Amino acid sequence: MSTVTHGSAGTHATSAAAAPHRPRRFAGGRIASHAVMAVMAMYFLLPFWWLLVAATKDNDGLFASQPLWFSGDFNLFDNLSLLSSQDGGVYLKWLRNSALYAVVSGVGATAIAALAGYAFAKLRFPGRNALFATLLGLIMVPATALVLPTYLLMSEAGLADTVWAVILPSLLNPFGVYLLRVYTHDSVPDEMLEAARIDGAGELRVFTKVALPTMRPALVTVLLFTMVATWNNFFLPLVMLSDHELFPLTVGLRTWYMSATIGNGGPALFNVIVVGALVAIVPLIIAFLMLQRYWRGGLTMGALK
Amino acid sequence: MTAANGSTSTRVKSPGPAGGPRATGPDGRKGARRRRRRTSGRQAVAGWLFVAPFAVLLVAFLLLPMGYAAKLSLYRSTLVEGEVFAWLDNYGQALADPEFRRGVVRVIVFGLVQTPVMIGIALLAALLIDGATSRLSRFFRLAAFVPYAVPVVIGTLMWGFLYSPNTGPLSSLTDVDFLSSDTVLYSLGNIVTWQWAGYNMIVLYAALQGVPREVYESARIDGAGPVQIALRIKTPMISSAIVLVTIFTIIGTLQFFTEPLILQPLNPGAITNSYTPNVYAYQQAFSYQQYNYSAAISFLLGAVVFVGSYIFLFATRRRSALR
Repeated sequence: MSTVTHGSAGTHATSAAAAPHRPRRFAGGRIASHAVMAVMAMYFLLPFWWLLVAATKDNDGLFASQPLWFSGDFNLFDNLSLLSSQDGGVYLKWLRNSALYAVVSGVGATAIAALAGYAFAKLRFPGRNALFATLLGLIMVPATALVLPTYLLMSEAGLADTVWAVILPSLLNPFGVYLLRVYTHDSVPDEMLEAARIDGAGELRVFTKVALPTMRPALVTVLLFTMVATWNNFFLPLVMLSDHELFPLTVGLRTWYMSATIGNGGPALFNVIVVGALVAIVPLIIAFLMLQRYWRGGLTMGALK
Repeated sequence: MTAANGSTSTRVKSPGPAGGPRATGPDGRKGARRRRRRTSGRQAVAGWLFVAPFAVLLVAFLLLPMGYAAKLSLYRSTLVEGEVFAWLDNYGQALADPEFRRGVVRVIVFGLVQTPVMIGIALLAALLIDGATSRLSRFFRLAAFVPYAVPVVIGTLMWGFLYSPNTGPLSSLTDVDFLSSDTVLYSLGNIVTWQWAGYNMIVLYAALQGVPREVYESARIDGAGPVQIALRIKTPMISSAIVLVTIFTIIGTLQFFTEPLILQPLNPGAITNSYTPNVYAYQQAFSYQQYNYSAAISFLLGAVVFVGSYIFLFATRRRSALR
């Protein structure tokens, strides 16, 4: 287990300092590499540009005008009001459901993973190594293989087609436990915990007052990843839910897309789907831009530890 | 991966408050030992209480569904007799089922083509942003990573609109039908690449940042150009991270589900109900109520992914980051 990332800030500084001394023959290479980056950036941003432009068009404009440029009419606000009234305003319910599932699962899964990760790293209890080995052994079990049997079990428990059918399975995050165990093991000093115990603090108090503040960066990362994973989840809610009122955005938009493309009954509402997709990703993109540090922190933790 | 790591740390580092046992004499040592025993008893209880919620979830939503799927897959549901124990019949049926086999072959071929292409793009992008520290390279890093933050459903919807000759620019530019049965697999591959290349780029970039810069410095003094440094030094130095992202990509492609299911209404003739093993398992369960057969397919797929990823990890253990 290496802690490779820690040195990055320092090494970065040296490379920046060395840059002016680079021979000039690399200037051509610099231009070429920036050209490649520019082309690739256009590829990655193309769908977003299309979505932004398409969200300003009405349904006819979507089919009749230049796909990558504005049609002349500006219908974004009309589309938004259509979106909020389509099917009795069900989109707003989907939005609320996605937020509910993401927040409850994210906070719950992070709390549970924090307790377990801390216990695996810092507490000695019988069966600890066996349980942790089980976790590591099962971390590679593909989630999609479990969705169908989980649905059948949930049906037998009478919980299928309720919010719990989506929230409860999302609380399990073995990878989060693993990350938090690794992070806690490396960054929470035993001496600090021991000192708190000698001062008479109980184990829960040691955890909340001493360990948790130190674990904060990793906790934010796990929270962010679980929330986004739940917000983006499709297979689990698709299987668990049949009541349209309980759908998250992903499943809801897919039902609209299905009925629009197959065209069975009701008007084709592609412009509503487009603006619905835009509204669904705006919070994610804002969160992503604001919390960049934690995203990258989480990825490097996952990859290098 | 060593589960026993640090298991002895608490015992070693509890020498007592007064500067260690040697200074406090025999009585102090006995006191410390008693306290240690009390502490470890308390820790055992606390430890179990702390992991209890996780352990319950692990049983309820991982072990139990796994066991249930295994059990279901061994039974057959008939109208006359009800549930009948059928040994491995469902597995035999799956292995002989041409639709299932075509789906398996399809995801394997897809993985073999898509994985190197995407990892190649991710590696190129990582090397580029590692080699340049400019505003454009920082912007590029963001642009490449944004698709990862978008739900797969919405990423697929956007590409569906872009592929469609009615709403997208691509068909008029290239005269290719992106949704025909010959091309749709490539179109799906493009969606996956678009969505995940940036994620893999960031992982590889982070690994590159961890390589000490002095290594490049000495290569440069020896006369190596930036391309040579990138290919001969940087790429081998991060081989463990490359192995890791390759494993995750293969695991993902074997479970291919959301993208084909979303695009299916655009061309149901090309994207059939058995297009990938996961789509097949889903359709068997929810369109045909064949829960037992569906469980067998899911279990088979899960076992292949599980065993495959551990074999891969073990075979590349020396170079893998997951030690």
